[in-house]
Amino acid sequence: MPALCRDCLTQFQAGPRCPACRSPRVLAHPELTQLSIAHMDCDAFYASVEKRDNPALRDHPLIVGGGTRGVVSTCCYLARIKGVRSAMPMFQALKLCPEAVVVKPRMPAYAEASRAIRSMMESLTPAIEPLSLDEAFLDLTGTARLHGAAPAVMLAKLTKDMETELGLTGSVGLSHNKFLAKIASDLDKPRGFSVVGREETAAFLRPKPVRILWGVGTATQAALDRAGIRTIADLLRWDKTDLIARFGQMGERLFSLAQGQDHRRVNRDEKLKSISKETTFFEDTSDPDLLDGHIWRLSEQVADRAKARQLSGRTVTLKLKRGDFQLLTRRQSLSDPTQLTDRIYRAAADLLGQSADKGPYRLIGVGISDLVGDDQADVSGDLLDPQATKRAAAERAADAIREKFGKDAIIKGRALKS
Amino acid sequence: MKLSIERATLLKALAQAQSVVERRNTIPILANVLIEADGAQVSFRATDLDIEVVDRAPAMVERAGATTVSAVMLHEIVRKLPDGALVSLIEDAASGRLTIMAGRSTFSLATLPREDFPVMASSEYSSNFSAKANVLRRLFDKAKFAISTEETRYYLNGVYMHVSTGEDGPVLRCVATDGHRLARIDAPLPEGAQGMPGVIVPRKTVGELRKLLDDDDATIAVSVSETKVRFATPAIQLTSKVIDGTFPDYTRVIPTGNTRRLEVDATEFAKAVDRVATVSSERSRAVKLSLDEDRLVLSVNAPDSGAAEEELAVAYGDERLEIGFNAKYLLEIASQVDRENAVFLFNSSGDPTLMREGNDMSAVYVVMPMRV
Repeated sequence: MPALCRDCLTQFQAGPRCPACRSPRVLAHPELTQLSIAHMDCDAFYASVEKRDNPALRDHPLIVGGGTRGVVSTCCYLARIKGVRSAMPMFQALKLCPEAVVVKPRMPAYAEASRAIRSMMESLTPAIEPLSLDEAFLDLTGTARLHGAAPAVMLAKLTKDMETELGLTGSVGLSHNKFLAKIASDLDKPRGFSVVGREETAAFLRPKPVRILWGVGTATQAALDRAGIRTIADLLRWDKTDLIARFGQMGERLFSLAQGQDHRRVNRDEKLKSISKETTFFEDTSDPDLLDGHIWRLSEQVADRAKARQLSGRTVTLKLKRGDFQLLTRRQSLSDPTQLTDRIYRAAADLLGQSADKGPYRLIGVGISDLVGDDQADVSGDLLDPQATKRAAAERAADAIREKFGKDAIIKGRALKS
Repeated sequence: MKLSIERATLLKALAQAQSVVERRNTIPILANVLIEADGAQVSFRATDLDIEVVDRAPAMVERAGATTVSAVMLHEIVRKLPDGALVSLIEDAASGRLTIMAGRSTFSLATLPREDFPVMASSEYSSNFSAKANVLRRLFDKAKFAISTEETRYYLNGVYMHVSTGEDGPVLRCVATDGHRLARIDAPLPEGAQGMPGVIVPRKTVGELRKLLDDDDATIAVSVSETKVRFATPAIQLTSKVIDGTFPDYTRVIPTGNTRRLEVDATEFAKAVDRVATVSSERSRAVKLSLDEDRLVLSVNAPDSGAAEEELAVAYGDERLEIGFNAKYLLEIASQVDRENAVFLFNSSGDPTLMREGNDMSAVYVVMPMRV
């Protein structure tokens, strides 16, 4: 059986230790050299970046998240031992782990680290599908000749380089399709490397719960449960036509996935569907002035991203979460797509003004969707608002100033409202 | 209640009622039509709480009374009955059913009590006048394409009907706009309409009103108050709430200083716009107009799908001009022109453009250009 040392990258025939460096981190699998679809997921990414940048935090449980009212966005493995999990409300996390150090997310630092990882990946293959800042699918099919090494070797090198050069660890899943690669990367975290081969696919999947299947959320899980389907083995007992009859399109997908089949390609430019930003308040509020200031700032952030990506949206969405966690979303279609803060803000502020609900709210979000290129954006003025054209020109001018002198060189007074 | 009525008469009366009824609604009685029989007449009343239509028709009433049944179902039944049939409607209060008999067909429909039917509160109309059907038809038909569907600007979701001053004195004026194009249509002010409050007639009402206006010579009685508007013929009475909002000051939107004049055959122009726009797959297709001495070149350039160009002989004597428009908007305003040439008045490629028919100022359209 071919084997690979994950520390010195020596390849050999399987044994408990690497014959070259005696390391026990040996990866052995009959199909090791044949598989080429991978999923790479950084371990506790935000927390790892924080610990790397501030070594004093290294031995403390660390939670990255916003304020006492926010939620945990990432926590390190020390905190996970105590039961802290991502997306857990902060007060609950601190109850479980009172000694944890809480730091606010520093998105620019994470984006920077993510870019560095991305450029390492790009030296492996151009077929990269990023899912978020810290995880991506990679398709290394046909790269063995170029690199002079099997995909498994290059992936082991990638995580090794990430550790030595960036001080960040990641876990890799290697298989013959995206769905299995994604499951595999989660098997052996942190610093993991798991392989699911074609031969073992069926046996590997059979005992797993249906919830691991891509697209099965709580609702589908409940529906499957009612049909007596809990594991993939249960699912395999069903006929394809019966599954389709009972679950529609989802049934067909469940059937293929349960067989370990997934024909999705690693898609380089997974099309962005929407751009949105949201913020949670320190205290629930229904103060229109305060909300207005937030809507402006969020609109500005959304517009900035749209401009950077040369995109524009035809629909503006306002998201409000009430104090009792009830979520309200209101959307408005525009007659032509926009990427301007001014238009996003006006649409979102209108939506707030017309919302019958008067709060108080704990969260507010602004987004655009129905995205198209910016060549179609803001092409026609508004007859009833002749000033709109001037405001658009002013915004473009301000953008040029910010480009040259920095983000805070010029801001709207409205952005200071809080 | 027991009555007999000729099928064609009944069908016509029900057609209007069933179109007012909302297909999806949560209040069961709103799906029903209220049938009231008295004397030699039967009336059919339907409402969606914003619009109410009452249609009266002659009938042989054996027993006066009133009940309500599903408007859509009754209409469907009557529609499928053979032409020339005599239809009997018999209410059986005990079973709560309405029996419909025609020839050898018998139907029985569930009823709801008439007391539950919401009748629109009558109100005082401050202004009453009458107008010819063809005059109202022109006013609303030519304006309605510009009505906005944007719900946040709800005050644009209708036609603003009001009294104003045109070229030759006071006019009854209809204006609609969605912020990209605007239509302003005038008709000589009917007698008695002076002092009428301006009202925004909702889109749905405009659609329903249209059905009253097919007969050129019919006279329509119009009543207006601050909150309601009513259009009535001897047989049909359409009452509607008006949009509670302020229509924006449209006068400043209509350009007065545009001097670059293009005159073109509207039909040829529309056909050419339609042809060149074919190559663009974008939702808002931009057409570029390049104007030079008596020459108009229409072009579309869609980098992803292709390009098209067409030249038209026109009357234009000003400086060169390039200006872009949404193809759909151009087509819609060009199709309003039916007698003379279309006259476009431009300023610059960024300013609103005015369009009218020949020199007729009683119907003007404004359209906002697009950056191309």
